[in-house]
Amino acid sequence: MVRISDDAAALACGADAVAAAFEAAGCTVERVSSWGMHWLEPLVEIDGRGWGPLEPGDVGAVLDDRSPKAIGRIADHPFIARQQRLTFARAGKTRPLSQDDYRASGGWAGLERARLLPQGQIIDEVIDSGLRGRGGAGFPAGIKWRTVAEAPGTRKYIVCNADEGDSGTFADRMVMEGDPFALIEGMAIAGLAVGAGKGFIYVRSEYPHAIAKLRAAIALCSPIIAPFDIEVRVGAGAYVCGEETSLLNSLEGKRGEVRAKPPLPAIEGLFGCPTVVNNVLTLAAVPHILLEGGSAAYGALGVGRSRGTMPIQLAGNIRHGGLYETAFGVSLRELVYDIGGGTASGRPVKAVQVGGPLGAYIHPDRFDIVFDYESYTSADALIGHGGVVVFDDTADMGRLARFAMEFCAAESCGKCTPCRIGAVRGVELIDRIRKGGRPADPVETLAQMHNAAKRGSTRESDITLLEDLCETMKFGSLCALGGFTPYPVLSALKHWPEDFA
Amino acid sequence: MGEAAVNAIVARHMGQEGPLLPILHAIQAEFGCIDAEAERIVAEALNLSRAEVHGVVSFYHDFTSRADPRPRVDICRAEACQARGIEAMMPAAVAAAGERVRLGTVYCLGLCSAGPSARVGDTVHARLDEAALVALVLAH
Repeated sequence: MVRISDDAAALACGADAVAAAFEAAGCTVERVSSWGMHWLEPLVEIDGRGWGPLEPGDVGAVLDDRSPKAIGRIADHPFIARQQRLTFARAGKTRPLSQDDYRASGGWAGLERARLLPQGQIIDEVIDSGLRGRGGAGFPAGIKWRTVAEAPGTRKYIVCNADEGDSGTFADRMVMEGDPFALIEGMAIAGLAVGAGKGFIYVRSEYPHAIAKLRAAIALCSPIIAPFDIEVRVGAGAYVCGEETSLLNSLEGKRGEVRAKPPLPAIEGLFGCPTVVNNVLTLAAVPHILLEGGSAAYGALGVGRSRGTMPIQLAGNIRHGGLYETAFGVSLRELVYDIGGGTASGRPVKAVQVGGPLGAYIHPDRFDIVFDYESYTSADALIGHGGVVVFDDTADMGRLARFAMEFCAAESCGKCTPCRIGAVRGVELIDRIRKGGRPADPVETLAQMHNAAKRGSTRESDITLLEDLCETMKFGSLCALGGFTPYPVLSALKHWPEDFA
Repeated sequence: MGEAAVNAIVARHMGQEGPLLPILHAIQAEFGCIDAEAERIVAEALNLSRAEVHGVVSFYHDFTSRADPRPRVDICRAEACQARGIEAMMPAAVAAAGERVRLGTVYCLGLCSAGPSARVGDTVHARLDEAALVALVLAH
């Protein structure tokens, strides 16, 4: 029995051709989820042992057991053995759409237990576990559920935010492609807890494989989750729709513009009804928590107010990129060097961006920072959705800061001024800083322009202006897009000022 | 784009809650674009103003007002693929594409641990170097 992943990352690295080569050699091939060791994809498993990254031409050597690409027992590989996998407990081990595999590995046990519990106790167990929203904001999931449960109204919704747009993140995609039933079970439990009969999964259109897997999985298990019902909805290429209120607008068939809060979606969400909006990872963690003793076991992991595990995604210029789930509290140094093996290019690490395009760039001097919500917030950074993107010393931090503003300008929904206009002005300002300021223009020098600067701008005055602009965006924007874009910009400016010269 | 065909798409999705996005996706997939005429038909069917429908169509990157029959290669140019050097490969890709192939930009395909990456239809490609990217463009 040869096991090869059918995760998009494996497919993109040529897994189908390798699978076909094994079949041509007379082997039975089983397509499973990915272990998350993406530098080894396509990774092939035979009787627990692994080989990767394979090409079709390697098949003969693997079957004769003389391939230099052997990595030994996969479960003992240091990258896997050091992890604490709860959300990704099935990764690499089960066929994504096999109901038998899912049930045999403990699937549906959480939902079946939840059905026997009083409604309030489901929520209590989620609160006790300390589970916080994994989308980025880190709001306690159980508190959100209780708000929805107590909100008046007969029609309530569970919305799964699967609009995973952050660069450097792919954990949602891996859950949807590799363990779709776990997400569905988590949503069904949420439905029970708050009294909602209908769920939506809003998936970005950039994930065609995840969309197909989810639709197939829902069709297979609809009798199990009934009367709860789930529908998959496809986004349309707008990054901002990962923000929960703009996602709700998009689901309603409107422009994906952010809504002002309050009212909170928990009180007035989808179609004006009380709505739970949770990230894929949040909901996929729920079935484990609802097992007997699962809540206490989950809450026993982690540090401070960050309980449980976080699926961290190692990406960018990193030697051992992939999915690393571990309890909160791991340092960035361990993640980048010990686990990730440094840069793929072999050059020194210059910067690491944690938390997607809105996350701060962290200098190697600060790599002792431990992975939890509060440590990052107090360091003017964020863990966001857990993406870690590594850059080597060829990175131009001035250019990356400019890109952050450019991205914000391209993806701004346009609802609030600090984000819509600020991002455009930010790009212009960074260009000006990199050119060393600008001379006064003819209009400014006119005698009647009493309040205009007469000497143009210098690099220093433009930097002050950029900091001022970032302040305005940070505190004046309606959502995280405009509000957090200053993080990558200011962190780049602070730690690598030479790249702005 | 025929009125009957658009109406058939609308009818297929009318039972859904918030049917506009699924309808627009289906029209875009079938006709390669959503033109003013389609917007008018959809607006009428959903009892919306044409401005509202146009507002939605123009908001999302996936919807276009004019069809482009050229083959299309979407290249990820977000931070993780930048860290792997995608920007330095772009001039060669642009030269290979010429006027024949349409190069699109996507911000993230979720293959960030194995970039640079690209997408053609529902097929994804990772670990691209300049030669592989050029070959991908030339093959479509």
